[in-house]
Amino acid sequence: MSYFDPAAFVDYLFNRFLLGGVLVTIGLTVAGVLGGLVLGMVIALMRMSESRALSIPAKVYIWFFRGTPLLIQLVVIYTGLPQLGLKFGVIGSALIGLILHEAAYLAEIIRSGFMSVPQGQREAAWALSIPKTTIFWRVTLPQAFRLMIPPFGNSVNSLLKATSLTSVISVEEIMRRSDMLMQEHFQILEVFAAATVYYLILVSAWDIVQQRLERYFGRSVARDAKPAVVQH
Amino acid sequence: MATPDTGAFTDPHAVQIEAMYKRFGDFTALTDIDLSVAKGEKIVICGPSGSGKSTLIRCINHVEKHDDGRIFVNGIELKRDIKSVDRVRRETGMVFQSFNLFPHMTVLENCLLAPMSALGLSRREATDSAMHFLEKVRIPEQAGKYPVQLSGGQQQRVAIARALCMKPKVMLFDEPTSALDPEMVKEVLETMKGLANDGMTMLCVTHEMGFAREVADRIIFMDKGRIIEEGVPEAFFSAPQTERARHFLDQIIH
Repeated sequence: MSYFDPAAFVDYLFNRFLLGGVLVTIGLTVAGVLGGLVLGMVIALMRMSESRALSIPAKVYIWFFRGTPLLIQLVVIYTGLPQLGLKFGVIGSALIGLILHEAAYLAEIIRSGFMSVPQGQREAAWALSIPKTTIFWRVTLPQAFRLMIPPFGNSVNSLLKATSLTSVISVEEIMRRSDMLMQEHFQILEVFAAATVYYLILVSAWDIVQQRLERYFGRSVARDAKPAVVQH
Repeated sequence: MATPDTGAFTDPHAVQIEAMYKRFGDFTALTDIDLSVAKGEKIVICGPSGSGKSTLIRCINHVEKHDDGRIFVNGIELKRDIKSVDRVRRETGMVFQSFNLFPHMTVLENCLLAPMSALGLSRREATDSAMHFLEKVRIPEQAGKYPVQLSGGQQQRVAIARALCMKPKVMLFDEPTSALDPEMVKEVLETMKGLANDGMTMLCVTHEMGFAREVADRIIFMDKGRIIEEGVPEAFFSAPQTERARHFLDQIIH
């Protein structure tokens, strides 16, 4: 006997318990991206440094965190590290795992962005005697940033879905709470269909944000860019 | 051509290069370059592709690091330390084949960044000076536009104005018209002529022989990383001394 209960599916879509999980998923994603951006920037700068004392640790970091599954990283942080006396709690462990993991990917995205800025841009800035820090903040970073947005968007999209792995260490995000509801009523398809819809909505919302970012940072290279008003 | 050892300090030339070498790995791009450029002099550097002419002028403002020999700009020696590099760069302005305008900034912002960050000018002072130079290259009405909205010729004129905003004493031009559509070459050459008439010291790598004839005080001909011939334009064009220069002129003058 096969069945699918549409009313139950709709109920789950507006289930407050599940919506609470959506908020946790959003929170984990935002924190993971922001933390990952800060740490990833530091790692990217180390990786691009001419000093091997900086670039080698950065390379090892990227190699390690891209080379091991996030699931194992989370389990080790939450259940393994306490053996060494390091306890971070559920949310703490999830955040640490997500940020360390995301930083490794973002570091490579940031590095590729900087590498894509034509060398002539730096040469022009040198020839104009623009100070080093100004070259970084005003010349290379803004151009690198525009080139980084598409791969960055991809990475955020991945992270949003990867937060479901934290259910394994009992973080009550969408996946975990769906599972809990499922155990209660065994309406497997109905619950997970609702969870699927949530993920699709979240990913679509991010797509819109990404498009806006691309348009905003691409405004100066669009042929129809609006000239700035010159105050003189 | 020998240059006096004391020349750099008693009567500083605009540019003085002594026994300069530049290598890229095993390849020697520049061999034993000696060159003195007087203040106000206009030099055109020509030669076949790969002869080292761009590398030569790129060494003068340390966009490329020379390996041996000495370089002086207005009596300031270009050494390895950041300070002397910075002092030399403040004496020089450079215009590139590919313009290298900052694409994310408007024309005006392109002209403001260096004066504000390196010279510490206020936005107002820098804007006044930028508009002055944009008027000089006859493009002030484009100040609010982004580089992508301008033609190649306009972009190159902005690049010249941007360099002039730093009040350089010596201008280095690295094939400034080679990336331009033919109908835009003239407006850039006219701008350069205007600059020459104002007495600017100029070193131009260019294949524009008409410009060389009209503006240059001296032509430098390079081949395989060496300066092999130099002279006033009339002499160089009518009676080149070396076989290689003759061959080169045959190739480019149709």
